[in-house]
Amino acid sequence: MRHGMSAEKIKTTYREAVRAAIRDAMLRDERVFLMGEDVGRYGGCFAVSKGLLDEFGPERIRDTPLSESAFVGAGIGAAMGGARPIVEIMTVNFSLLALDQIVNNAATILHMSGGQFNIPLVIRMTTGAGRQLAAQHSHSLEGWYAHIPGIKVLTPATLEDARGMLWTALEDPDPVLIFENGLLYNMEGELAVDAGAVDITHAAIRRSGKQISLITYGGTLFKTLQAAEEIARDGIDAEVVDLRTLRPLDTATIVESVSRTHRAVIIDEGWRSGSISAEIMARIMENAFYELDAPVARVCSVEVPMPYPKHLEDAAIPQVPAIVTAARRVVTGHE
Amino acid sequence: MPSLGADMQFGTLVDWRVKPGDTVKRGDVVALVETEKGVIEVEIFDSGVIESLVVQPGQKVPVGATLAIVKSDGKGVDAQPAPAPIVEKPSAEEKPPAKVAATLPTTESPRLRISPLARKRAQELGIDVETVTGTGEGGLITAADVERTAATISAAPAIVQTAPPVAKGLDLTAMRRVIAAAMARSKREIPHYYLATTIDMGKSLDWLAAENAKRPVTKRLLYSALLIRAVALALRDTPELNGFWIDDGFKAAAGIHIGVAISLRQGGLINPALHDVDKKNLDELMESMLDLVNRARTGHLRSSELADGTITVTNLGEQGVESVFGVIYPPQVALVGFGKITERPVAANGMLGIRPIIDATLAADHRVSDGHRGGRFLIAIDRLLQEPEKLWEN
Repeated sequence: MRHGMSAEKIKTTYREAVRAAIRDAMLRDERVFLMGEDVGRYGGCFAVSKGLLDEFGPERIRDTPLSESAFVGAGIGAAMGGARPIVEIMTVNFSLLALDQIVNNAATILHMSGGQFNIPLVIRMTTGAGRQLAAQHSHSLEGWYAHIPGIKVLTPATLEDARGMLWTALEDPDPVLIFENGLLYNMEGELAVDAGAVDITHAAIRRSGKQISLITYGGTLFKTLQAAEEIARDGIDAEVVDLRTLRPLDTATIVESVSRTHRAVIIDEGWRSGSISAEIMARIMENAFYELDAPVARVCSVEVPMPYPKHLEDAAIPQVPAIVTAARRVVTGHE
Repeated sequence: MPSLGADMQFGTLVDWRVKPGDTVKRGDVVALVETEKGVIEVEIFDSGVIESLVVQPGQKVPVGATLAIVKSDGKGVDAQPAPAPIVEKPSAEEKPPAKVAATLPTTESPRLRISPLARKRAQELGIDVETVTGTGEGGLITAADVERTAATISAAPAIVQTAPPVAKGLDLTAMRRVIAAAMARSKREIPHYYLATTIDMGKSLDWLAAENAKRPVTKRLLYSALLIRAVALALRDTPELNGFWIDDGFKAAAGIHIGVAISLRQGGLINPALHDVDKKNLDELMESMLDLVNRARTGHLRSSELADGTITVTNLGEQGVESVFGVIYPPQVALVGFGKITERPVAANGMLGIRPIIDATLAADHRVSDGHRGGRFLIAIDRLLQEPEKLWEN
């Protein structure tokens, strides 16, 4: 699905890539509209939709009240009615108010209606910690959503995925949740001028290596890549797997990677217990037990409400030194 | 599966010497078992008829596992060919019926820390995982460890690399590990005390020379037979040196079975026992010694010999050292060491003479005996060696 991309590149940011994706979708399909808190006049709480109200007007860039359950429900209704809504929930923390709509309605209506109604709804939301927003605004609950059958869970980490996953998600006949890690919006990089839709079913190998698979997604991808470079200086050759999609998990890519490297560390900004990292470990055990040369390890967030002070927040979420230590221990048997 | 040494955990059945229906009597060799110390002949401790063979050649089972079902003479079914000699034999009533015993899973085996990949690689390469030293976290055996072992084995032509399950011949790495475990345990747990004395071997050597002059070459006696015999007779009066420390207590042994430390040409050490040395005359003892050394070096020891030494004698005289302060072989409680006989100037009765002297040493377990008793024991050995003709008597 990935287009043959042009060699010509532009400098851009993750935020601009998401905006370009929304704009592209609006231009391609007039059934697409954006709805959420402050997405219009304010230009989005994270300035993602800045300028879109002027370009597309209030019918298609719709400000909503602070009422997550109501506007997610409205999105489900619109999708049933033939529209292609992009619902923006400001952050995953507030999505808890819309859990009933997401879990009980969006995820089940196809089944409950005996296959009559697909829900081609896309919900975007910001996730993650690291911005000193404290315990109620720093959750990483994408792993929770990955528990629910009937929805897809995407976690774009790269500029290409920020730019390309939205259109593919809109084309999907069923609800898709896209989690944008808040730390990534300002990330700068180069993107092909003709970058477009990308597949949303496969994990990607972001760095090839032979000795250990570092499996991660979203906000921790770049910390993990940095850790891989650090251990490379010690002669440890790490592979970095970007899951990209948490539901459905690309078990095949995970298992293939671990079968090559025989060791794995999962890096997940979610809390450890009952997390997506636990699910990945379970799948490795189910599918690649006899390939393992060491117990699989994890680097997760410390199981505390997210602290506000910078040093404590930094200590609570996965950081490069912790990833380096875990990888080194798994490969060499010591730190 | 009998215990053929204090640190034996598993044995691999190499071959059966009997088949169902065979009549066996106590002491018959019924099977060959491979351990870290080599291939051992397993004797049966009961007489009767072999009803069925439970373990097949090539199978590795933990100590205590049922190998075969034997129908005892007129006593119904009895499901144990060879209990570890130091374990008290359970009474007939306590034994489970044969059918149950045959289907019982083997007793709990200690877990080896090995990665799944390493286990798979070991299987592919035909490597016995028990012989691999782990270098991973907490001693975990990794695939690299298995491959290193495989490379070592293929580089050493003396050890044949065969497909699993049974690699013939001695596994020196494993033996070194067993020695390491036993010796480390000894030094960790046993409060050793050491005594030494010098013994004038003049009378013994004179007697031996006269005795051997009367004998054909093949029947000649070695002085080490006198030493071992003297140790056995001295032990009669110091039972606290002859036995085992088990479960926080000393159990004196019923017989005097002297373990002799035999170094193997390939390296490593084995400690088989000469049985009832106090009841053997010197000819019988000499014959047993030659037989034992020969079989130890060719890897044909019997199960009972490996596990039931009640004390150890080590003689490093051949290596030219004068004294040896040994490490007790647990669960034994004493070890007697002899060095080489050297001519030394000795002052006695105001006269200086040149005498053939041997250093006798004792390493003993202070939990069981004290220096006073240990000293009397060494003196008794000395006294016995001054009257060599009496060593013949029982």
